[in-house]
Amino acid sequence: MTETKRKTPLIDELEKGPWPSFVKEMKKEAHKPITRDAISQLERSYEEHISHWKHGGLVGVMGYGGGVIGRYSDLAAEFPGVAEFHTFRVNQPSAWFYTSDALRTLCDIWDKHGSGITNMHGSTGDIVFLGGTTEAIEPIFADLTANGWDLGGSGSNMRTPSCCVGPARCEWACYDTLNACYNITQSFQDELHRPFFPYKYKFKFAGCPNDCVASIARSDCSVIGTWKDDIQVNNAKVKDYEKQGLDLNADVCDRCPTRCMSWDGKTLAIDNSNCVKCMHCINMMPKALKPGKERGATILIGSKAPIVGGALLSSVFVPFLEMDPESEYSDLKELTEAIWELWGEHGKSRERVGEFIQRVGLSNFLEEIGLEPVPEMVMHPRTNPYIFFDDEIFEKAE
Amino acid sequence: MADERITDIGPPHYEQFLPEVIKKNYGKWDYHEILKPGVMVHVAESGDKLFTVRAASPRLLAITTIRKFCDIADTYCGGHLRWTSRNNVEFLLTDEKKIEPLIKELADYGFPVGGLGAKLSNIVHTQGWVHCHSSASDASGVVKAVMDELFPYFTGEKDLPAKTRIAYACCLNMCGAVHCSDIAILGVHTRAPVINHAELPKMCEIPTLVASCPTGAIRPATVDGKQSVEIVEEQCMYCGNCYTVCPACTINNAKTDGISVWVGGKVSNSRVPPKFSKLAIPYLPNNPPRWPEVVEAVVKIVETYAAHARKNERLGEWIDRIGWPKFFELIDQPFTKYHIDDFKHAGETFMRTAQLRH
Repeated sequence: MTETKRKTPLIDELEKGPWPSFVKEMKKEAHKPITRDAISQLERSYEEHISHWKHGGLVGVMGYGGGVIGRYSDLAAEFPGVAEFHTFRVNQPSAWFYTSDALRTLCDIWDKHGSGITNMHGSTGDIVFLGGTTEAIEPIFADLTANGWDLGGSGSNMRTPSCCVGPARCEWACYDTLNACYNITQSFQDELHRPFFPYKYKFKFAGCPNDCVASIARSDCSVIGTWKDDIQVNNAKVKDYEKQGLDLNADVCDRCPTRCMSWDGKTLAIDNSNCVKCMHCINMMPKALKPGKERGATILIGSKAPIVGGALLSSVFVPFLEMDPESEYSDLKELTEAIWELWGEHGKSRERVGEFIQRVGLSNFLEEIGLEPVPEMVMHPRTNPYIFFDDEIFEKAE
Repeated sequence: MADERITDIGPPHYEQFLPEVIKKNYGKWDYHEILKPGVMVHVAESGDKLFTVRAASPRLLAITTIRKFCDIADTYCGGHLRWTSRNNVEFLLTDEKKIEPLIKELADYGFPVGGLGAKLSNIVHTQGWVHCHSSASDASGVVKAVMDELFPYFTGEKDLPAKTRIAYACCLNMCGAVHCSDIAILGVHTRAPVINHAELPKMCEIPTLVASCPTGAIRPATVDGKQSVEIVEEQCMYCGNCYTVCPACTINNAKTDGISVWVGGKVSNSRVPPKFSKLAIPYLPNNPPRWPEVVEAVVKIVETYAAHARKNERLGEWIDRIGWPKFFELIDQPFTKYHIDDFKHAGETFMRTAQLRH
């Protein structure tokens, strides 16, 4: 390893301890001058308790408005290696499956052009290459695309969609999350690469209500797998769990949010009409219980982090939507395009769709995109009497 | 050359990366079982078995490490591996006998195996001082310091009542969307931005900057004969949105930036609906390289939860059962004026019942 220009005692402390060390990771690429200076600058931040990265600037590949995020050092004279240290978001494959060959190709590209430092993965799901110069942007893009890879999203566009492991390795997947994620990503390439929305728009595809991709907290469109019919029960296997020490009453039936199940020592009786698909009983007994067979997804809209108007969780838009891959998800795409058109026209700059819905009212929003209100959309009906009545209510009364 | 340019191809199709056992049993998995911390088996309807070995990762990985993971995957897994939504790396294999040698090789290389079920998983986090301009603190460093101390909860040496998800974000932008985590650690700015009046007219559009403030604290002003803005400091809630749209509004402050701790959120729908995390500790000092005050507070919360919660009770469910007064007492932290919401809809969080524990 090549020595950095300065000693780094503060961050060296973080090479100790049992958890894998990001400092060791950075030092593994310290033979590159760009990475050496990134390490030295990080030590300065540890000394001074402040970031030394400047605000991003406009950089990118020709014809795209996103995918590369400009990053510059405010200590460029001292650390010229990181004068330009841009981020490259590379669109990950569905559910983050790789072969070693594919990863080696990506490593070779990043070795040739950049710092050798990555995030596996960024918060939205992309493969992140951390630290390349402006000059390297086009060559990196050329090498990526020549090998079948493309950039992900950044800025006010459709961000890179992501999905859970789904039917590739999970018995609870209620639709094909990998296929849906791939299909939506490919269908909306223009919206992904060329920002023309009021702000970002994220998709996350979760195969069941366990929501392993945190879609309900982290995506403007949360697609959460669910089912309509009865939970599949194998009573003999329920009994096996009991024999192995599971307390069916305390640990399963009493924890059911609607108390829709009971166990008499032989049969797990479920009032499926009152099951809210919370997954607890299925999580507790994967061998004995499975989601029903009539499967699809609930579509929820609008979650986001606090900036600007406060954090939101997504709320129900379509209680149940079939997610047949053969349909190419045409219903979801139609809904999405209607939302984008409305929000695109009337949304304010940096206003996420969840905030937009709060500003214009969910009822107005539904009316404009052509969805009928259903009680599944609210926790409870309004409690205040300040109702804006339309004229049509008089027509119906007459 | 121009006509050879390749664009808009999107990601490669996932199918080419799936192991044969997955291609054969895609959508036909019967059940899974956690064999031990970090190791599980999925059994297909066909009877085929897929073993998964889950290893820790700092998220920030050198290509040297990724290449090593590739070599390991070639040796044990026919070259197949994946990452999880919490940045763990998973090795996928069909030969049960290779599990222990794989775990040993990963451990020798510095990547311990753990998580799954009622364990602590990896901390999802943001860039911090490694690569972000608006970070109030580092991210990777705080995560490393916390996970070094909570390591036995990852490996399974220590038990937890239910799965526990910690997340870290280095400012209120929350690139890690930490706001629905059992424990969220959040870097905070605590002072209004400092305006660089000389640079502002060159760098920023004033109407956009004024509109960016959610509380209307930014007003156009003429300073030394130049168009600029002024900040009504008592109206500023330090969100940093102005800094995002205008680099001349510096929000970072080495002396006053700090770290807050939030608790009780979740994203899964199991038992109770998804919940936001709520404020536990408004401000702890920014103290690299090991942030002892933050580590101590988080460890205290985890240990208290582990000692008091019932089986299958997430941290937020436990607090709902015992009540917030008891929670603050147990974690030995004061309840202050900062814990009371004063943003939009704040009244929804006031206690409007006499159902209190005395």
